[in-house]
Amino acid sequence: MSIRHSLLALLQEQPRYGYQLRAEFEQRTGSTWPLNIGQVYTTLDRLERDSLVTRDGDDGEGHVMYRLTDAGDNEVRNWFSHPVALTNPPRNELAIKLALAVTLPGVDVAGVIQAQRVSSMRSLQDYTKAKRDTSAQNRAEDTAWLLVLDSLIFSTEAEIRWLDHCESRMLQLSTARAAGATRSEKHVQPHTTSHSTGGRK
Amino acid sequence: MSQVLQLAGVNRTYGEGATAVAALRNVNLTIEAGEFVAVMGPSGSGKSSLLALAGGLDSPTAGEIFIEGTPLSSLSLNELARLRRRAVGYVFQDFNLVPTLTAAENVSLPRELDGVSARKAQRQAKDALRLVGIEALADRFMDEMSGGQQQRVAIARAIVGDRHLILADEPTGALDSATGDEIMGVLRHRADAGSAVMLVTHEARHAAWADRVVYIRDGRFADEARSSQDPSVLLAQSGL
Repeated sequence: MSIRHSLLALLQEQPRYGYQLRAEFEQRTGSTWPLNIGQVYTTLDRLERDSLVTRDGDDGEGHVMYRLTDAGDNEVRNWFSHPVALTNPPRNELAIKLALAVTLPGVDVAGVIQAQRVSSMRSLQDYTKAKRDTSAQNRAEDTAWLLVLDSLIFSTEAEIRWLDHCESRMLQLSTARAAGATRSEKHVQPHTTSHSTGGRK
Repeated sequence: MSQVLQLAGVNRTYGEGATAVAALRNVNLTIEAGEFVAVMGPSGSGKSSLLALAGGLDSPTAGEIFIEGTPLSSLSLNELARLRRRAVGYVFQDFNLVPTLTAAENVSLPRELDGVSARKAQRQAKDALRLVGIEALADRFMDEMSGGQQQRVAIARAIVGDRHLILADEPTGALDSATGDEIMGVLRHRADAGSAVMLVTHEARHAAWADRVVYIRDGRFADEARSSQDPSVLLAQSGL
């Protein structure tokens, strides 16, 4: 998640101070990715160092206001006009766990998949309910939060589909292994190469 | 809440002897009024057998099925047919509507077959169509309606009169994703209004509308996912 670009984008709308930026960010994303105020000010310091924002006096109550510079404005436009690059797959603990589970002896892979599927389904139920409840209120200010919820629903659904795929792939592999073992038993020939996939047809 | 459907120790075996196939093994399931349960599982896991048994279209090899407290094994065939018409509504993937009848006539037909006067049946049909949001389309024929609208007619037919058990078999299979969500919204709404809904689906996003998702595997209930109903859990999960 780019906190840097999110803060710049919020400053493109109007000058704001740190707590306002945090509140705006959380309101627009339904508090899905909570920001601590320390992160906000550290990011503002870096943006100021890079000449993308500048201090703009205070609001009369002692809050330091920040506004975008021309370079900052260009940075935001550039962010919106370029796709998010997924050159490095984000670290996915579940994919790593399953990759290890299938390659290590003694791990109940089917059990790992099913436990995850139930947990993911519970999340999907909760997101769906949150979307239903939020949609029912029909408030314009919930639009951004509903889009975030849709994103969570789609990614959780994709995870469940992937788990289904893993399970059927595991089943195919074990069936193929069992069939291969049966064929090997039927066609034991000492002089055949060991990497043969089975007996001749 | 009252139990609308109960399956107690239900087994269903097809065939005999060496060729016998156990489709369901010792299945226990209760669905209360106002509850929406989704059943998921791979092809051949027993989902359709479960739905047929729950609606009294098939009989268990062992165990008992209760609809609104009545054990189905205690009923004659005629009594069973009457109970089904009075209490159970079905929704199918391909709608199963009569193309030569209007929406209102499709919905009132089962009531008239059950001996209700035509006028009363029509009034109940209008009520049911209103509950699924298409009262204005009552006089349309099926070829004048979209797939989503036809499925709403099918749901209206499933709830017409005083039916409290809705059994839905892949009801969104023929619909696009957004229309499928709308249909889930209608089923959810019926459950919230007091019906018991059992949905068989292979779509996780549709199963997620249910209060409980039951996983069936090789004829057995393997697992269950239940909505947490707790917003703080939701936020904790999504705090990526």
